[in-house]
Formats: sequence, C-alpha cells, structure tokens
Amino acid sequence: MSRVKPSSTLLGGFRVLGVAIRREPWVFTLSTLGSVLFGALTVADAWVLGWSTDHVLLPAFTTGATTAGGLVAILALFLGVAILRAVGIVARRLGAGIMQYRMQATYRREVTRQYLTLPMSWHQRHPTGELLSNANSDVEAAWAPIAPLPMAVGTLAMMVIAIGQMLFTDLVMAVVGLLVFPLVMVVNVVFQRMSSPIYTRIQALRAELSEIAHESFDGAMVVKTLGRESEETDRFAAKARVLRDEGIRAGRIRAAFDPFLESLPNLGVLAVLGVGVWRVRSGAADPGDVVTVAYLLTIVAFPIRSIGWMLGEFPRSVVGFTRVSRVLDTVSDTTYGRGILGSPARGAALEVESLVFSHEKGQRLLDGLDFSIAPGRTVAVVGATASGKSTLTSLVTRLVDPQSGAIRLDGQDLRDLEQGQVAAHVSLVPQSAFLFDDTVRGNVTLGADLSDEEVWEALRTAQADGFVAALPHGLDSRLGERGTTLSGGQRQRLSLARALVRHPRLLVLDDATSAVDPEVEARILAAMRRRGGDSTMLVIAYRKATIALADEVLFLDDGRVADRGTHQELLSRNAAYATLVNAYETEGVAP
Amino acid sequence: MTVDLAPEELTDRGTSVGSGEEISARETLRRGLAFSPELADGFGWTLLLAVIGTAGRLVVPVSVQQTLDKGLNGPNGVDLAFVSQMAVVAALAILATGLSSYFMTARLFTASERGLATLRIKAFRHVHDLPLLTQNTEHRGALVSRVTSDVDQISQFLVFGGVLGIISVGQVLLATVVMLFYSWQLTILVWVCFLPLFLSLRYFQRRLSAAYGVVRRSVGAMLSAISEPVVGAVTVRTYGIEERTQERIDDAITANQVAATKAQGLTAFSFSLGGVSAGLANAGVLILGIWLGLAGDITSGEVIGFAFLVTLFVGPVQMGTQVLTDAQNAIAGWRRVIGILETPADLDDPGPAGQSLPRGAMDVAFEDVSFGYPGGPLVVREVTEHFESGSRVAVVGETGSGKTTFAKLLTRLMDPTRGAVLLDGVDVREVEFASLRRRVVLVPQEGFLFDSTLLENARYGDLDASRERVIASAVELGLGDWLDGLPHGLDTRVGQRGESLSAGERQLVALLRAHLADPDLLVLDEATSAVDPALEMRIGRALERLMSGRTSVTIAHRLSTAESADEVIVFDKGRVVQRGPHADLVGEVLAAGEPSVYARLHASWVAQQSK
Repeated sequence: MSRVKPSSTLLGGFRVLGVAIRREPWVFTLSTLGSVLFGALTVADAWVLGWSTDHVLLPAFTTGATTAGGLVAILALFLGVAILRAVGIVARRLGAGIMQYRMQATYRREVTRQYLTLPMSWHQRHPTGELLSNANSDVEAAWAPIAPLPMAVGTLAMMVIAIGQMLFTDLVMAVVGLLVFPLVMVVNVVFQRMSSPIYTRIQALRAELSEIAHESFDGAMVVKTLGRESEETDRFAAKARVLRDEGIRAGRIRAAFDPFLESLPNLGVLAVLGVGVWRVRSGAADPGDVVTVAYLLTIVAFPIRSIGWMLGEFPRSVVGFTRVSRVLDTVSDTTYGRGILGSPARGAALEVESLVFSHEKGQRLLDGLDFSIAPGRTVAVVGATASGKSTLTSLVTRLVDPQSGAIRLDGQDLRDLEQGQVAAHVSLVPQSAFLFDDTVRGNVTLGADLSDEEVWEALRTAQADGFVAALPHGLDSRLGERGTTLSGGQRQRLSLARALVRHPRLLVLDDATSAVDPEVEARILAAMRRRGGDSTMLVIAYRKATIALADEVLFLDDGRVADRGTHQELLSRNAAYATLVNAYETEGVAP
Repeated sequence: MTVDLAPEELTDRGTSVGSGEEISARETLRRGLAFSPELADGFGWTLLLAVIGTAGRLVVPVSVQQTLDKGLNGPNGVDLAFVSQMAVVAALAILATGLSSYFMTARLFTASERGLATLRIKAFRHVHDLPLLTQNTEHRGALVSRVTSDVDQISQFLVFGGVLGIISVGQVLLATVVMLFYSWQLTILVWVCFLPLFLSLRYFQRRLSAAYGVVRRSVGAMLSAISEPVVGAVTVRTYGIEERTQERIDDAITANQVAATKAQGLTAFSFSLGGVSAGLANAGVLILGIWLGLAGDITSGEVIGFAFLVTLFVGPVQMGTQVLTDAQNAIAGWRRVIGILETPADLDDPGPAGQSLPRGAMDVAFEDVSFGYPGGPLVVREVTEHFESGSRVAVVGETGSGKTTFAKLLTRLMDPTRGAVLLDGVDVREVEFASLRRRVVLVPQEGFLFDSTLLENARYGDLDASRERVIASAVELGLGDWLDGLPHGLDTRVGQRGESLSAGERQLVALLRAHLADPDLLVLDEATSAVDPALEMRIGRALERLMSGRTSVTIAHRLSTAESADEVIVFDKGRVVQRGPHADLVGEVLAAGEPSVYARLHASWVAQQSK
C-alpha cells in the first residue's frame, strides 16, 4: 500500500484542483463569480434590513404615516437581492456541477482510451472489476472537491475582507481572532494525516469489492451448478465487512474533527470577548469594536466550514487521482513501425521464423517455430491440448510479441507495421466467440460500411443465415450481453461470419467450429472451400474434416514443428500424429 | 435442411431484474429500513444527541449575544463578572455540543455502514439466487453497480441527510412557535410566503427523483459500456475497432454527464427558490409590520425582532430542501438495490424443509416436460423419458434442438413450464438445493474459472479437498501429464475468467472440478469440445470408469460419445424423436424412406472421420 504523506495530500489536493481549473477556466470563473455574488448579497441582505429600518420603518412609527414609495422600495430591494442571490446560487452550483461532471467525463474518456490502447499483457494483469472501479469511483473521488470549490473560494474572499476589516478595527483583538483561521487549517491538516491512509484503503477496497462482484456474477452459472452461492456470498461479505469497518473508522475520525472545526470560530469569539473586555477597560477600544470583530468572526464561522469540506475531500481525491493517473501514465510497450501492406486481391504471405515465446521464465511454450505459408494456401496446425497453438494465433495477430524470432506478413515484420495494419489484413476467429451487446448486423460488421448483401453472404458461408433469418428482427435483432441469447455453436458461427465478411488476406481460425455439430460443420467447410482463393488461412484444428481442408499440415510438438506435409502424408508416416487425429475411430467404438 | 429454433430472445421477453423505479420514496425508506434493520438501531439516542448538538449550537450565539448586550454594553458599562460567567456557559455549551456531535456522527457512520454492508451482502446473495435467465437480462456491469456505487450513494445521505432533515423540520416548527409569541399575523404571512415553496416541493421532488433515476441508470449503462470491450479486448484489438468502441463508450459517458448536469441544474434551481421566498417574507414582514404598527398592534422593536426570527425559520427550511434533494439521489440508488432484492428468485429453494436425496446412483425421469422462455415458443416439448440409475445416456441433436435446455432442466437451472423432472422419484422442485447441488453436477461448454490458481479452481468442486486428493483426481481423469507439463502445476494462476489457459485447458479444469464434487448424476454439456481427440477419448474412458454405478448424461456433437453410451436420445425441434442404443438407431429409417435424424447426423460424422 502506498503511503500518502499528509503534506503531499494537501499539496496534492490543490494540484488536482489546479488541473481542473486549468482545464475548465471559464466554468470555474462563472461558478466562483456566482459564489462571490451570493456572499456579497448575503451581506447586502443585512444592509437592506438596516436601510429599511432607518428610512421606512422607524419614520413610519415616529410619524404615524408611511408612503407607498417606501413600501415599494422595501419590496423591490428585498426581492431584488433575493433574486440576484438565487442567480448567484444557481451559477455557483450549476457551474460547480458542470465543471465536476465535465472533468469526470473527460477523465473517463481518457482512461477508457487507455484501456483500448494498452496491450493484452497489461489487461491480463488488471482485472475487469479494477478497471471499472478506476473509470467510475476513482474518477468520481478525484473530482469530488470541485463541488465545494466555488463556495470555498467565495468564502476565502469573504475571509480576506473580514480580516482586513478586523485589522482596521482593532489590531490586538484581530490578532486573537486571526489565530483561529490558521488553527482551522492546522486541524484540517491533522485530520488529513489521520484519515488519508484510511481513505486510500477504502478506495482500494471498493475496487476489490467490485472485482469480486464482477467475477462472481460472471461465473454465476458455475456458482449455481455447484451450489456455491453461500461461499461466494461469504467471499463478498468478508470484503464488504472490511470496507464497512474502514468506513466506520473514517467516520469516527470525521466525528472527532467536525466538532473542532465547528467550535474553533466560537472559541475565537470567546477569546475576542475576553481580550475585548480588557481592551475596553484599558480604553484602547470601544464596545462597538468588540461587537464588530466578534460579528465578523461569526459570519465567517459557518462558511469557513466549506473550506473544511473541500479539504476533507482531498485524501479521497488524491488517492482517486493517483489511481487514475497510474492508468493514464502507463506507456504501452507495443511499438509500431511505419510499414504499410499493399492490398492485392490475394492472400498474404506469412513467414514465421525461429519463434520463441514463453509466458514466464524457464518455460518455453514455443521454442523456435519455423514455417511459412504461401499466399492463398491453407495450413492446419495440429497438436495436443496445451501445445501452444492458441498462443501462436495471438502472436500472428500481434496480440503479443515474441521473445525472439519474427513473424512477417508479405515480408514485413509485424512490429514494423503501422498501427491498424495487422487488424486490417488479418482476422482471427478465436476459440471462444465474443459477441457484443449489439444487433446481429453490428456484431458482423463491427461498424464497417458493409451492405446487407455482403453480411448475408458471410452469414451463409458460416451457416448462420438460417437462425439469423428466424430471429424476430433478422439482422436487427439484439443479442444481449456477450450474446447470451445464443447457443455456443450459434455464437461461433456469427464470430466466423464477422471474419469472413472482411475478406481478410490472412484468416486465422482457432478451433473455430468446436461447438458446431458435424453436419453444420461439414457445410461450413464446404462453403469456405467454394469461396476459396483470396485468403491465406491458418487453421487450428483437431477434427479431421477441418484438417483435410488444408493444403498442408504442421504437427506441433514440444514447441516446435515436429512434422509437416499433407494430412495423408502425416497420417502414414507419423505415428504420434495418427494417434492424435484418429483417436475417435481407433478408440471410439468402445463396449 | 436445418431448421434452427428461434433462439432464446431474453432481452425482449425474459423476466428481468426489477428496476425498483415504481417504488415510492416513502416505500423505499420503509423497505430499505426493513432490509437493513441496523439503520434503525438506537436511532432514538442518535436523534437525542442531534437535538443536544443543535440546541448547543444555538446556545453559543445566544450567550455571545448576551455578553455583548449585557456584559459590554450594559447599563453599568463593562460587567466583568457577567462576561466571565457567560464565557464559562458558552465554553460548556461548546463542549457539550462538540461531544454530542462526536457521538452522533460516530453513531451515524456506524449504523449506516453496518446497515449498508448488510444491504450489499443481501443484494449480492440475491443476484446469485436469481434464475440464470434473469441474471442474463441485466449487464454484469450494471449488476455490479447495484451492489457497489448505488449503495455508496445511500451512505452519504444516511450519514448527513437523515438526521439533518429531521432536525430541520423540528427547527422550523420551533421557529414557528416562537414567531407566534410575537405576532400571529406576521407568522401567517411568513407561512404564506413559503407556501408556494412547500407546495412546489412535491413537484420538484418528483422531477428530481426522475432526474436522479436517470443518473443512476446512466451509471449502470456506462459501466456496461466500459466493461464490454475490456472483457472482449481480444476481439476489439484483432478487428481494430478501437475507435468505434471508444465512440460507444464516449456516448455512454456523455449520457451520464448530461444526466448528472441536468439533475444538478434542477437541484440548484429548486434550492434557489427558498431564497426568493425568504426575500418575499422579509419584505412582507416589514410592510405588514409597518401597517400593523400604524394600527398600533405592534412596536418597531418587535417588527425588527421578528425580521431576525425569520432567519431562524429560513435556515432550516433551506437545509431541509437540500436534504430532500440529496435524498432523491440516495433513494434512486436505494430503489435499484431494493429492485434486485425484490426480483423474485423463481427457483425457490425449499430449504431444509425440502427433501434431501440419498446417495447412490440416480434414477432420472422427465414427465411430460415442456419449456419455453417467457413469451416465446416452446424449446422443449412434451418430453417424457426415464433413465435407469447407473445408465450412461448420450443426448444428440442439431444445434438449437433443445439439448442444452434439456440439461438445464435436468439440473434445475430452470424449471419446466409444464410437467416435472423427477430425480429418484422426487420432483426436483421439492429437493433442498444443498442436496441437489451436491448430487447433481453440470459441466457447461465454457467452464468459467476464477482468477486464482488451478488448485483453488479445482477445489471449487470440493472445498475440503486436499492437494493430494486434487492431484489424485487429476490422474484418475488422465490429466496427470497435462498437470506435470504446467510450469507451476496446481499453483499455476489461471488469469481472469481462466484466460491464461486455452479453452481446452479450461474445460479440463471444469471437468476436474466436477469430478472432485463427486456427483451421483453428472451432466456434461459439450464439456470436452475444445480438447484434442486423443485426450478427449482418454477422458471419456476415464469418466466411464469413474462413473460406473452412477448416472451420466452427456451432450455431444462428436458421435464417438454416442457410440459408447448405453443409450442415445435424439432431439429434434425440442422433441425426443429417437431413443435406443447407437447400433439400433443408426439403422432406423423413417416412414418416407429417408434416413432418421440420428442416421443423418451419424453419416456426416463418419464422413468427417474418413478423411
């Protein structure tokens, strides 16, 4: 846990506010003006009362008569001040709101932009729940002090005026009274020193709680099928209780400091009275001066708390801002070159050279993989479960970079290509299809400008046209989050159509029809073969029907290409290969 | 020709998670308190402390006033004794105020944090008790926001708003009583001036309530928009759709910003109205005061005194308005949490009152079972089948023919629309969940793993399993080699949703987990579809051995499973169209001379294998 130093909390808090003011100077000015207007008119209210008393009320009582003009003046003055003050309130509050929500929105956009930019390796280290918390509650916490900011600034202005007037009235009493303001600051600093570590923990706990909830709801099916609802609840409850206890601790500290902040100005008044009595007795001041200084302290006493509120938000704010900045300051270690691939109407040439990849030190998942695929050819990669085939698909689509070796498309290293080039030329159909909460059309086109005819054609090839046509709204049917409304096989077929519709120059299929029944699979394969030609294909497969589609087969073992050749060649010469792919026949007909 | 059944369109017609929006504010408070009884614990004491604290706050300015008027400006000049007396009184008042304020705030924090933790935990639990169908209608991100940020909204209000609101009302009443002592006419006037405000309050509260409802919803939508591409990061990257995705996120963020700003504008406007009423009241008091004074009913001093009293009235009114506004935001969050808690968990656990199933091979019967999603066509129709205990049943059929629904009905993830599922002769609806989940295990196609180690994930099937037992079970399933090949063996971390492993490996873990759970009825729904053929066959043989004497139902596309099963049932368009051992079914021919569904499926399977 990072320890936040109290001084850095105060400074940090102001720095965070500085960022907001620099970003939204106009809104800040508007709301501050509103606040000052409000403050000025609060004072004006007293002046109006005084004026009305002196000029209308008292004369009326002494003379026994009054004029309509006087009464109208009273009404106009009070209402005028009230309306202007209302304008001040609206400007202050709405301004603060606009500023706060704009900053929130700006930072949410920036944070999510990072989520979309940072590499997969970063994503694997940061759970979804944490990222949600960064974008939501951390951003919210960071900009929370904006809400009381305009009022605090207005108060500060009021305080300066009050101090000036005090000094002008009586130097000695003013000094006593002035001790109060620094004391308020000191109390605030001590408050922050004590509470900021707790708020750091609370903010982290909130993220952890949201992680648990997210994961647990994500795995709801498993939780249900194994009847683990109680254990999951215990897991969540344990964290919620820690959060609760930290919340109570923070509350106790707050409870202890609030009375101090509130009573300090009152104690100041008492001190002024004490000193004032002595000053009046020694003839250095009039009773009126004591009244003035005491009054000034009293009117500043309440609003001074708004500074406390603002400072009180600082610990959470700095913590939230730090957590958000950690995301914003992460520099992607993926670098891009300037290479551009041409777009000839044929498949791309893929070369893989001495490819080495491991998830961690000491283990080599891929250990010097070498192969190439000529444009338009189809190569199947076959290997046992966990032999690194899926990793190969991540490397070829540049979701990860290899430790050593190279992958080249049309002779250019993937790392030398401009950002977006790989996506534009290579499509991956992953093992587990991911669908967006969007329409069928949206899921297939992903926003690309494609005609319905093209979409239907891709759906036909993927054998998805039948069930899509049967949906109540056809292409415009919404699928629900992650396509939960579809079966596994249907999701896979949509995912396949999504790749096909793009006519990628390299199509990578990672066991993409595993959930589809054999009959449908056979039709998909036949349709893809008919379509043929313009794509180079790298196919990860176990089933012979899929493998047989390939011009050539790479047999992966121990992180290397153990053998390569046509399916028939490998079947006849490689025993390990034959055992793997023939398993259903040779062993299938059991009792 | 394949005819896929209309898929399960849940978004349109499924039972959905309650939004809670129809619940009135008062009801929300009542039900909220019922869900979190801690909130009301010792509330009387807290209120008493609050009253002392508030009264203390009045004592200070009063004693100061007294000191100034009588101690300094008294008839005999400076009265030192009086000043020191008042200072002591004021200091004591400050102390008492401070102490009661401390205890009050601490108690409020404690009560509300406790109450909200309870609420959170209850809501979380309830999400898991909801039927799968209902869970799927709400986005994960939105569900998460209900147990996190929605609850946080309530806490702010409970700590500061609740008590302040009550005190404000008390102060308004107190100020009214004092004002009545001075002049009943002026008091009525003040109330008349504030009447429009009080009357418009309801209107504004309704608007505010709607506005904050939109805000809470927009937060849920925003979280969903953010979480989707984070979960689907691979797809976003491989298709290079970062920009489009960002646009969608930006839209959700902007919607939230607009909603929040609107609510804030409304809040500011409604709050400013109090000030206008106050101005009107002040002017009115002076004008009416002069008029009354001229009639000789009131003195000038009384009018001025009254004008000061008005400020005592205005302050708490403003505070109360503010509290009511904050309340709308809190209630909007509260409603959403209550909405979850009040969404019926239509799969009712009979609990300890229900029957528990004895151990031993399980006998399964479907009696005229039909199932359709709410408002949708039936996806399983009139299925009446019986499986002897200890039999190995394979379920085959085209994609979308109702196989997975059949598995969900069998394991009571859903209840049939009509008919009954019997296990050992007992209707599953009457079986205690604890007993049911212990004895019946479903392994779905996509095994979800938790972000932890392989060991922890396997233990999810049996929380008490020792490390040795987990290893032994893995070896029994034929997964020993695979386990040895992993860099950290059982301690390998699987990553979020198990994504550090391949889909095949995730299935292996799910299978190991199910095996550890040691069920008497094992239901496999395409549980090894992503595993290599050799390993799949090895696992198949191992399961055959391990499940001997128990009942197993396997849904598979690879007909090798069907070939080795005791019996095969064939689904077509929601109905069971064929049943019998593989050898019998393969030869079955329909009346028209066409091959049967099974024969057709088998033919394409064989065609694939002969490559």
